[in-house]
Amino acid sequence: MTGPYQLLAAAEPDPSLWSEFTTYITTAENWTGDRGIWADLVAHVEISVTAVAIAAAIAIVPAVLLGHAKKGGLFAVSVVNIGRALPSFAIIALVLPFSLEWGFGLGFWPTCVALVLLAIPPMFTNTYTGVRDVDAGTVEAAAGMGMTPRRVIWAVEVPSAAPLIITGARVAAVQVVATATLGALVGFTGLGSLIVEGFAQQNDGKLLTGAFLVAVLSLLTEALFYGVQRLATPWARVAEPRRARRRRSPRIEPVALDV
Amino acid sequence: MSPLLGANGPDSFIWWAWVGDHLDEIWERTVQHVQLTAIALVVGFAISVVLALVALRFRRTYAPITAAAGVMYAIPSLALFAFLVPITGLTLLTAEIGLVSYTLLILIRNIVAGIDGVPTAVREAADGMGYTSWRRFVAVDLRLATPTIVAGLRIAAVTTIGLVTVTALIGQGGYGALINDGLSRSFNTPIVVGATLSIAMAITVDLLLVGFERLVTPWTRAER
Repeated sequence: MTGPYQLLAAAEPDPSLWSEFTTYITTAENWTGDRGIWADLVAHVEISVTAVAIAAAIAIVPAVLLGHAKKGGLFAVSVVNIGRALPSFAIIALVLPFSLEWGFGLGFWPTCVALVLLAIPPMFTNTYTGVRDVDAGTVEAAAGMGMTPRRVIWAVEVPSAAPLIITGARVAAVQVVATATLGALVGFTGLGSLIVEGFAQQNDGKLLTGAFLVAVLSLLTEALFYGVQRLATPWARVAEPRRARRRRSPRIEPVALDV
Repeated sequence: MSPLLGANGPDSFIWWAWVGDHLDEIWERTVQHVQLTAIALVVGFAISVVLALVALRFRRTYAPITAAAGVMYAIPSLALFAFLVPITGLTLLTAEIGLVSYTLLILIRNIVAGIDGVPTAVREAADGMGYTSWRRFVAVDLRLATPTIVAGLRIAAVTTIGLVTVTALIGQGGYGALINDGLSRSFNTPIVVGATLSIAMAITVDLLLVGFERLVTPWTRAER
């Protein structure tokens, strides 16, 4: 097996890029078959959905409970910091020998593990901070109305934190879609395989098709989650009259590191 | 046998004899990794400061600037390299364009939010004390914004260090070259060495930046 490094080094600049790209992406045969564009696109979406779902299953419930208890901030900080430091490319490579040894095979699962690790930190911290910072008065009022702690969590705290929780999921999902591209280096046949094979075969049309589709998919994911957030939190829209919202200068929030 | 506990040899998870024989190469990759990261952060920070100042001066430009940076951020690194390689080739420039573009969103948002968060009363006090606007900006705005700016730098630095491993795919070295080498030969040791050192570097740089922040913002310590 020749490594991607050597393969990519063979790529040469080409002047007629745009026509090669449009020809490749509009040729019907390139879309069909097990190794066609459509199959790669489906595989890419599949692995992204799987990874985000596994990460959500692992991260969200503990984060909600810790946020409710307002404990574990230090743990949360460590999780994010270490999570951010993990290079996905290296994780995929590191998981590969274990995956082969334990019979999970090449491609899908090594990539998926790396993607899950990538998706956990943003989902965990956003959920934790979101739930922890729910207005104390609101929580007290809910408890005063006779809600059990469990109902306070699910009927008050989680909905109030929903915008932040969804933002965390959005950040995670976009990163996952973007990073699934790297799975091509260990034989995962997502959109990244078009890029890697395009480099290897010096086929700029294929290369740019992969790059273009994965970029579009990332941006669509971002847009999809914005839509979900607006639909899931209608009260965030009615809280302010329309005119007031337009007049106000945009709210500027830093990217938080410490929780 | 588990790959972790295999006999000490070429097939084991990490083969220390190989590490001992390749210290020169590992050092070379470390230097490359640091260089790639440092250039990206310095250039990214410089561009971000300019764009943040524009956004602060002309409020209407903030949304378009962050939207553009957000699009750059959402495009996967490998895809960005694929777009750039046919134009700029397998060069340092291609790698740095990719790396810099991923720092912009984080840095711009934090610089703007940091300076924006300086209380108006503090600014007025500085004006009242006769500070020129430039002096107020350096001595008051920038200093009070330091914790937020450093938080942005920490995220940008840690992300960049992880991302630099990918630039090996366009022949720019760094720890990614070790990982790639291992992948292409199905040989674990360089992968483990490259990945571990990359994570270690990210954590070290993060701690250094925390230390720097504590050093330049003594007042935040007194509060706690």
